[in-house]
Amino acid sequence: MSTAEHAETNRRDFLYIATGSVAAVGAALAAWPFINQMNPDASVLALASVEIDLAPIAEGQEITIKWRGNPVFIRHRLAAEIEAAGKVAMTDLKDPLARNANLPDADPATDANRVVGGKEQYLVMMGVCTHLGCVPIGNEGEFAVVEGNTKHGGWFCPCHGSMYDTAGRIRKGPAPENLHIPQYAYLSDSKIRIG
Amino acid sequence: MSGHASNYQPKSAFAKWFHERLPIMDMVQGQVLDFPTPKNLNYFYTFGGILAVMLVIQIITGVVLVMHYTPHVDMAFNSVEHIMRDVNSGWMLRYMHANGASMFFIAVYIHMFRGMYYGSYKAPREVLWMIGVLIYLVMMATAFMGYVLPWGQMSFWGAKVITSLFSAIPFVGDSLTTLLWGGYSVDNPTLNRFFSLHYLLPFVIAALVGLHIWALHVVGNNNPTGVSVKSAQDTIPFSPYYTVKDAFAIVIFLMFYAAWVFFSPNYLGHAINYQEANPLVTPAHIVPEWYYLPFYAILRAIPDKLGGVIAMFGSILILFALPWLDTSKVRSGNYRPIFKQFFWLFVINCIILGFAGSGAPDNYFLSHEAAPPDQWALTYKLVGQICTAYYFAHFLVILPLIGLLETPKPLPASISDAVLAKSHPSTAHVPAE
Repeated sequence: MSTAEHAETNRRDFLYIATGSVAAVGAALAAWPFINQMNPDASVLALASVEIDLAPIAEGQEITIKWRGNPVFIRHRLAAEIEAAGKVAMTDLKDPLARNANLPDADPATDANRVVGGKEQYLVMMGVCTHLGCVPIGNEGEFAVVEGNTKHGGWFCPCHGSMYDTAGRIRKGPAPENLHIPQYAYLSDSKIRIG
Repeated sequence: MSGHASNYQPKSAFAKWFHERLPIMDMVQGQVLDFPTPKNLNYFYTFGGILAVMLVIQIITGVVLVMHYTPHVDMAFNSVEHIMRDVNSGWMLRYMHANGASMFFIAVYIHMFRGMYYGSYKAPREVLWMIGVLIYLVMMATAFMGYVLPWGQMSFWGAKVITSLFSAIPFVGDSLTTLLWGGYSVDNPTLNRFFSLHYLLPFVIAALVGLHIWALHVVGNNNPTGVSVKSAQDTIPFSPYYTVKDAFAIVIFLMFYAAWVFFSPNYLGHAINYQEANPLVTPAHIVPEWYYLPFYAILRAIPDKLGGVIAMFGSILILFALPWLDTSKVRSGNYRPIFKQFFWLFVINCIILGFAGSGAPDNYFLSHEAAPPDQWALTYKLVGQICTAYYFAHFLVILPLIGLLETPKPLPASISDAVLAKSHPSTAHVPAE
């Protein structure tokens, strides 16, 4: 009862602490299934890949497909867009990393690291702004290639004003990272599988 | 509850038998009917009662709406339209619930500003105030999840943006967001869990309201003079005096509420939410409901993702520290000439913050016109940044300093003195101006 009478720790204190610790560990273990049930379930994980034929996408055209509930942009870039992206100095980039799931994490965000070698015209990336997840609008923003009154490439997020260049790299606004590039591979010359 | 011995005397044999087994009537008499309440409470003190009524209305309309709603991405939007068109009185129940949320927030903001003006957060009411801030936080979470349920465009994109806030947290952010979503984007699992929690949280609020009232009844009401109750002469029984006063205010408030429901039910919403959610297209302009706009402006004011998220949550969490940031011993703003002015500046600043959160960041403030880039212009974003700085300065600089520098007006000796000075200026001690 009173700690004044038994100031030293004794066997009873040890039993209290041991019992309490076991109960706490047990409660934490019991809580885990109740938390983990919120993670993606098997049916969500099963929707993991999608195949697309790139041939019908004309030069300068962009299509959006849905993969894992999110939009994926596939853009057939103009030569001018590729050239503009290649000319950007690495020091001008807000996020120096390629953010390409097909490459090591540390690779720099050069234009070459944002696409597949020999297929520089096809830019495949998540249409999810790295700020708060809105879908950026294509052919918009200050980093598009401008020809007369037309903008080519570049993305602008309508939610909080982030701007991406013609390689989908963040250049201005609150977004912290370049648009992510999902895992994908060429199955044939013009067909890719995402996921 | 606290040690007020009530005068309850069971009258019948049954009442006596029951009282010996559950003394609830004793508590009703002591804590509700006879509860000694300062005699000078004004109409700003009726908002607690109004909020209790709004909570009950939200729970009742909500429970009824659930009888007709389907929480599935393929059916949610149509089931809401079904409620609007097919269900008997469904349109009214849904408009009551949707506008009820707005009325709830109007009342809570008045209730909070009242507490700030009269210093109701100061000792010994710190815990009472902090439970209130907690209720406000849970209210915001509840309202946010409720807004997602109709599965319109604004529902979906609001959910996406707000849940993505958690991805700003270093290291665990992305896994945490995936856990919240139950997938890689806001989708059916997200809708289902939001529905479950939206049903649960109002009952959590009800429990917290119980604690809030308990804490209130331990320390007693503050009052417009801020002077503590000194004798029984300073108080009147809660019933009939404040039951009647509260009831009158509740009726007026319900009329205001009904005016929205029947004459302008969609004014506070967004037309685009009558378009079904499309995960591939973000609307050109997404904004949260009006009651979140000041915090949305704070989020956008900081040009860094994590920084913006910290500032936004910080702007609410700072309220927990308010009892210790205000260094003045005088509670009521009525006796604090400098505080009073800064209090109103703070209110105005919060309202401007609301406007700053409502427009596209790079447009001219209060206009639909885009400002030229790379050139100084008074944009929504800039106004938001100035007001965000002022918001934090109010709590972190202005309040602590006023407490030290200001000379308060002399306080009345008691609540009775202050009341008498108002009605019979000659008979009571008048504080020197």
